[in-house]
Amino acid sequence: MLDNNQLLRFTTAGSVDDGKSTLIGRLLYDSKSIFEDQLQAIENTSKKKGHEGVDLALFTDGLRDEREQGITIDVAYRYFTTPKRKFIIADTPGHIQYTRNMVTGASTANAAIILVDARHGVIEQTRRHSFIASLLQIPHVIVCINKMDLVDFSEEAYNKVIEQFEEFSSKMLVKDVRFIPISALLGDNVVNRSQNMDWYQGAPLLHTLETMHISSDINKVDARFPVQTVLRPQREGFIDYRGYAGRVASGVFRKGDEVTIMPSGFNSKIKSIDTLEGGLEEAFAPMSVSITLEDDIDISRGDMIVRSNNKPEASQDLEVMLCWLHNDAAKPRAKYTIRHTSNEQKAMIKEVVYKYDINSLERNMDDKELVMNDISKVKIRTTKPLMVDSYRENRTTGSIILVDDATNETVAAGMIV
Amino acid sequence: MSKYYLNYLDELESEAIFVLREVWAQFDNPVILFSGGKDSILVTHLAKKAFYPAKIPFPLMHVDTGHNFPETIQFRDDIIKELGVQLIVGSVQESIDEGRVAEERGKNATRNALQITTLLDAIEANKIDCAIGGGRRDEEKARAKERFFSHRDDFGQWDPKNQRPELWNIFNGKHFEGEHFRAFPISNWTEMDVWNYIKRENIAIPSLYFAHEREVVWRQESWIPNSEFLVLEDHEEIVTKKIRFRTLGDITITGGIESDADTLEKIADEVSGMRQTERGNRSDDKRSESAMEDRKRQGYF
Repeated sequence: MLDNNQLLRFTTAGSVDDGKSTLIGRLLYDSKSIFEDQLQAIENTSKKKGHEGVDLALFTDGLRDEREQGITIDVAYRYFTTPKRKFIIADTPGHIQYTRNMVTGASTANAAIILVDARHGVIEQTRRHSFIASLLQIPHVIVCINKMDLVDFSEEAYNKVIEQFEEFSSKMLVKDVRFIPISALLGDNVVNRSQNMDWYQGAPLLHTLETMHISSDINKVDARFPVQTVLRPQREGFIDYRGYAGRVASGVFRKGDEVTIMPSGFNSKIKSIDTLEGGLEEAFAPMSVSITLEDDIDISRGDMIVRSNNKPEASQDLEVMLCWLHNDAAKPRAKYTIRHTSNEQKAMIKEVVYKYDINSLERNMDDKELVMNDISKVKIRTTKPLMVDSYRENRTTGSIILVDDATNETVAAGMIV
Repeated sequence: MSKYYLNYLDELESEAIFVLREVWAQFDNPVILFSGGKDSILVTHLAKKAFYPAKIPFPLMHVDTGHNFPETIQFRDDIIKELGVQLIVGSVQESIDEGRVAEERGKNATRNALQITTLLDAIEANKIDCAIGGGRRDEEKARAKERFFSHRDDFGQWDPKNQRPELWNIFNGKHFEGEHFRAFPISNWTEMDVWNYIKRENIAIPSLYFAHEREVVWRQESWIPNSEFLVLEDHEEIVTKKIRFRTLGDITITGGIESDADTLEKIADEVSGMRQTERGNRSDDKRSESAMEDRKRQGYF
């Protein structure tokens, strides 16, 4: 059973009133992923609060502060499995002040669910969520037009939202957008097909999630292997063993492949690809393996093994779309630690080119300050070259974070343009 | 091979190996927190894979409450011998003897909360900068918000509202002296994933997980095992039942369930049909809505 089942990570962004928690609760409940003791706890709380029936939204409440305030303040992860796939939900808050959490949840997602209230249509928040999904290059976007029960399941209301959405999303870079009319509260088109919307010919949400093609979400062309650590067992049978441990970031490596070590530029051939279970003929993303080479070359953490005929760019000057994550604003021309795959260098923000107004999505060329939740295009200079691809080509070798050495906090996340 | 994608168990395995290697690369003195339960056994198994053909390059650390199942201790000692790694033991009994903590009193007294002090003392005494745990986000709602790399201040405390954002797979383990990290390589696994993987890899686990005959007493909706620490109440009666344990904690608080599942296959089948969460049988989690969050803030596993 489940032998070829894939893992799909998706994110849901939304605020308190658009039914996000109810939708997640509904997905978990109708796919029978809620346990009896959890359900019992929710029933008790619902009763205590004087709600009628079971409030499915309560299921996604996490920390005590959130339960008291009734809002989500951080990314929470939920899990469910169907006979077809395993799912990881990154449940993120949708308020403007939590842009950073949305970005965090979106960073690993294959798909994004964007909720639109059928009564209100596309609003500022919808635009913001879609913008972040596009910025983070989430391969698939599902726009769920929710609360269809409150507009009499009207096809016209549904079409109007699609029209509004397409109007502003034409400029965005999402390859695959789908629309589904749902009622999270009543369950229409979430797990089960709606009896109230015969005019909708598409699949319900869960079926869509179960069947969308995600195998090509990872770059399978550009072979990149960032070295995490070097394995030197120095024990019997492995005295001279020198394996480079890491996870294939993208592409495929085969035994005998001609490879180049960056940044040194030395060439060699792959001698073996090892795991505890034995040697492999090939390794592809995202497999964790140990690679040995024909030649004795000095390689350490932060180096990258790539195929000789397909190299990333080695650069000290990066153009980056940067999301500021921290309470403390960026210090002008201050040095930060930059982390890119397993590589770590010092870096300086040389210039803020422009900043996005997160509501109008327009570029502001004058405001150069970087404060929490800001998304800006910046120029960064590093002390040594990083081996980079553009984020659009490669989410692993195209992403960076900045760490403030004074506090050790992660202050920004960036996508290389 | 023509398909270039991993099935979900392989992907979870690869992710966990990646996290374990990041821990080794980013910290000076990491340990695996080893309780003898299935999750820490799984993490140890994954560490074996992460560093092969080298040995696991860090010690296992056990916080010994003194209220153990004898089977767990035997299992621990066997695995240490097999892997050839060092074992560090933090003893709750010693913490009590030294006056660092006091035994709980009252009807449902346990040594569960006392472990926090012993754990933090052991981390400090051994200068550990990262403790790798088998915590999973699906276990409990406070854990649903844990990072792979989770920061602890110099009092060992967790501040859930001020966690470092964790994007893509770039982990930030930078810390000041005296602070430490907890790392959770199997964050994204569910109980079902763990069992399916244990079955697939045929990983050895303590006999307690398999159905067996045992003397037990019915208490707080589950079968609590008879032991030298059990204090019977008037209405309670010791009976012999065929049971197994879904999780392993202290013998005083770990409830068993009636079961005939005596093979990994049967256990996986049984778990997939379960309608109760696994921690539903742990009285330590039943104390209040935020019992886990409160303990985690103080430095619990």
